[in-house]
Amino acid sequence: MPEDSILEVRGLRKVYRVRASRADPGPAGSALLGHPLARRQRARALVAVDDVSFSVAPGQSLAVVGESGSGKTTVARMVVGLERPTGGTIWVSGQERSWRHVTSRERRRRAREVQIIFQDPYSSLDPRMSVRGCLDESLRLHFDWGRERRDARVAELLDQVGLDRRQAESLPRALSGGQRQRVAIARALASEPRVLICDEAVASLDVSIQAQVLNLLSDIRDATGVSYLFISHDLAVVRQVSDNVVIMRRGRVVEAGPTASVLSDPSNGYTKQLLAAIPRPGWKPTRSASPDES
Amino acid sequence: MSVLEIDHLAVDLPVEGVLRRVLHDVTLPIAPGEAVGLVGESGAGKSMVSRAVIRLLPEGAAVHGDIRYAGDSVLAMGRPALRHFRTHDVAMIFQDPRAHINPVRTVGDFLVEALVERGERRESATTTVTALLASVGVSDPERRFRQFPHELSGGLLQRVMIAAALAVSPTLLLADEPTTALDVTTQSDVMVILDARRRERGLAMLFVTHDLELAAAVCDRIAVLYAGLLIEDVPTGDLRRDLRHPYTAGLLASRPDPVSPRRRLAAIPGRPLSAFEIGPGCPFAPRCPFAVARCLSERPELRDLDTGRVACHRAEELRGQLLSIATPGAASA
Amino acid sequence: MARVEAPLVAPTEAPSRRRLDWVLVSTSSVIALLVIMAVFAPLLAPDDPNYANILATNQGPSAAHLLGTDSFGRDLLSRLIYGARLSLLGPALIIVIATLVGTALAILSAWYGGWFDRVASRVADILFAFPGLIFAMLAVAMFGPGLLAPVVALSISYTPYLMRVVRAEALRQRNLPYVAACYVEGLRVRTICTRHILRNVMPLLLVQAALSFGYALVDLAAISYLGLGVQPPTPEWGVMVSTGQSAILAGHPQESLLAGLMIVVTVVAFNLLGDRLATRQKGVVRA
Repeated sequence: MPEDSILEVRGLRKVYRVRASRADPGPAGSALLGHPLARRQRARALVAVDDVSFSVAPGQSLAVVGESGSGKTTVARMVVGLERPTGGTIWVSGQERSWRHVTSRERRRRAREVQIIFQDPYSSLDPRMSVRGCLDESLRLHFDWGRERRDARVAELLDQVGLDRRQAESLPRALSGGQRQRVAIARALASEPRVLICDEAVASLDVSIQAQVLNLLSDIRDATGVSYLFISHDLAVVRQVSDNVVIMRRGRVVEAGPTASVLSDPSNGYTKQLLAAIPRPGWKPTRSASPDES
Repeated sequence: MSVLEIDHLAVDLPVEGVLRRVLHDVTLPIAPGEAVGLVGESGAGKSMVSRAVIRLLPEGAAVHGDIRYAGDSVLAMGRPALRHFRTHDVAMIFQDPRAHINPVRTVGDFLVEALVERGERRESATTTVTALLASVGVSDPERRFRQFPHELSGGLLQRVMIAAALAVSPTLLLADEPTTALDVTTQSDVMVILDARRRERGLAMLFVTHDLELAAAVCDRIAVLYAGLLIEDVPTGDLRRDLRHPYTAGLLASRPDPVSPRRRLAAIPGRPLSAFEIGPGCPFAPRCPFAVARCLSERPELRDLDTGRVACHRAEELRGQLLSIATPGAASA
Repeated sequence: MARVEAPLVAPTEAPSRRRLDWVLVSTSSVIALLVIMAVFAPLLAPDDPNYANILATNQGPSAAHLLGTDSFGRDLLSRLIYGARLSLLGPALIIVIATLVGTALAILSAWYGGWFDRVASRVADILFAFPGLIFAMLAVAMFGPGLLAPVVALSISYTPYLMRVVRAEALRQRNLPYVAACYVEGLRVRTICTRHILRNVMPLLLVQAALSFGYALVDLAAISYLGLGVQPPTPEWGVMVSTGQSAILAGHPQESLLAGLMIVVTVVAFNLLGDRLATRQKGVVRA
């Protein structure tokens, strides 16, 4: 069992059973589409995540990078407990995560270890709950504090994520995308977790806001010593926030190592492609070597 | 002469029965064969510009100013002229190809349709389109021809849309965030093809995007839109070498770089404003580190400055200083 | 990566303080008036609704009887006012029961999915196959006429309708990241369902309840009209339409007409209200 890591994942695997679908019509599949017989096609196993291992040291930041279909989000959802792994083990603070009988009490305990920030700030907050309501709900759940202490903590959290205290009573719809994402970060910090998962947390923000949030995340790490599991498709963002990186493609890890060395000297062909595809100063688009996708 | 002249374009859209300004003032000429990148953040109104050009604005929209294609006012066109303009002169590529292609018809039908509509024979149209599909990097075009949109990946479908756009042999391409919904490697592939075919055919292009670097890679000029106002128009070559507007400089500095060492990002404070929210002065003034009293009260005109145009009261005096904000850009330019 | 296009209307803008919504105001006042009428019937009615005066049958409007009398010489205005009580109580009971049960089943189905969802949905499908009226008539045949049997029967037949509409929305909410965030926080499932999901389906629920109220009122009135529901001489609008029929031929249509008019006004008010609430929501829904 790993001692020096806050989060360790070994041999993680996720298989979905899916009905053979349009995307994969099989040999004579297309002729059967819409035909009752088509439904008889056997459920197919879709391996979303296959033998993924990594570890995150306390206060460190690990980025999991990949494009759509790489399984990176599934990894995040398994670590945070939203999906049940088909195989493999997850240790948090040296304790193995079990998937049997996860009571709400156990979920509350885990919530103080791992929290998550989602991509879309427009749907990751309850539209009918004010900023204060949202943060207070989390504080009430995790701490046995009185009203005053909680209010003080809400103010502190708002300060920490750079929101005006006067915005505490606002509903999400009165906030911009960037502000909402700050609320989501504050909510995730409320339970004082040791690991914060950012699932494409800046991908849908405007460039100028993206920079603000990236700076904020780095400030929070300095202030709280929280570890990040940063899920992203964007190597430029990953360079900014992570110490180590895992590159995933089609459910498998294709390259892993310290971010600086992987990005300055990638050894895997796919990593090179991914790096070459990021628009940056002096960049020209190039054809990736990948064969035509269907 | 310009192929397209957007002349003091302003657009109001009805929101809950009240007209609301989404574009204040956009003047943008595009020369034949020239690619112009229209860059802006959300709320800047960049998509409204491309939609206004082919008159695809929602019902009830009020359009002021003028848009001229080859000297003819698009806004004054009657139905037949507008139809001819849309089917012969201009082609649009949208962000979400799936929403703009009939899901129950084959890719082949979709592609051939436009040509047949223009009076071409079906056989010759099929040949043309098959060749086009091959030219946009679609392998096995005959098979793709019989497939339905849902059987194609997003990247492939966007190439089909490019083929469809090229099929009508337009002189002007309007591309509205054509690769935003795609993965980065797919984006790169699609951009290579779009760029190559455009140059080969000498098409003019208005490339609407939020990604300044992407626009810089494929466009001759960059036009920056902020809160419904065009604030800068600069040749791509000068974009980094000679920064003239604090917003453009801030945008360049906001974006991290995948290879250069980590540094704290020079984020622009505040959030991008929408067109209807701005005051009487410069729209960027509330977020601008260089703003002076005049910036808040008097809106800067878009004026010529060397090779481009800029709307900033302090453009001349800031020219040297701005470079220090966008350091990595300056180093590589 | 899919980007979130910011809505055209900037999110920072406070929800616009609209001008007074006249449809909303007028429909709610009509409904409020009807409710007041039902609650304070003894105070408002000029006469005993069941006092028959055979010397003054089928009279036109007069100072003594503002809306005239029926074929038994009973004061029509008083009967209409008292009639509001049962005519509104029936549909109200139906909607309350159907909404409570339907919403509970809908949210549970959306949350747990699996066999629970499949069973609930199939049962709903089967119930859909029975027209509510026939179901109610069946119930009356079994339990005898009155208010109870049709109310119970219609509650059962309205439940799957409400459940289906609410389930779709609850399912949408359940799959939004904010619910996942609640789960990760360690909130109890009950709390997530009531404090978050229920609160977010509530606006839709109100619309559906308002619209269904109108339908339920018509269904109940039809049952009364057929003589299977509330029995005469109890004042109730559906009953009044029925009992007034014989007088129509004699040239005294006021009872049937007035009772019918009350039904129409109530149904239209509820339908307009539901419709209005629905359109207002569309404007408020997040981008």
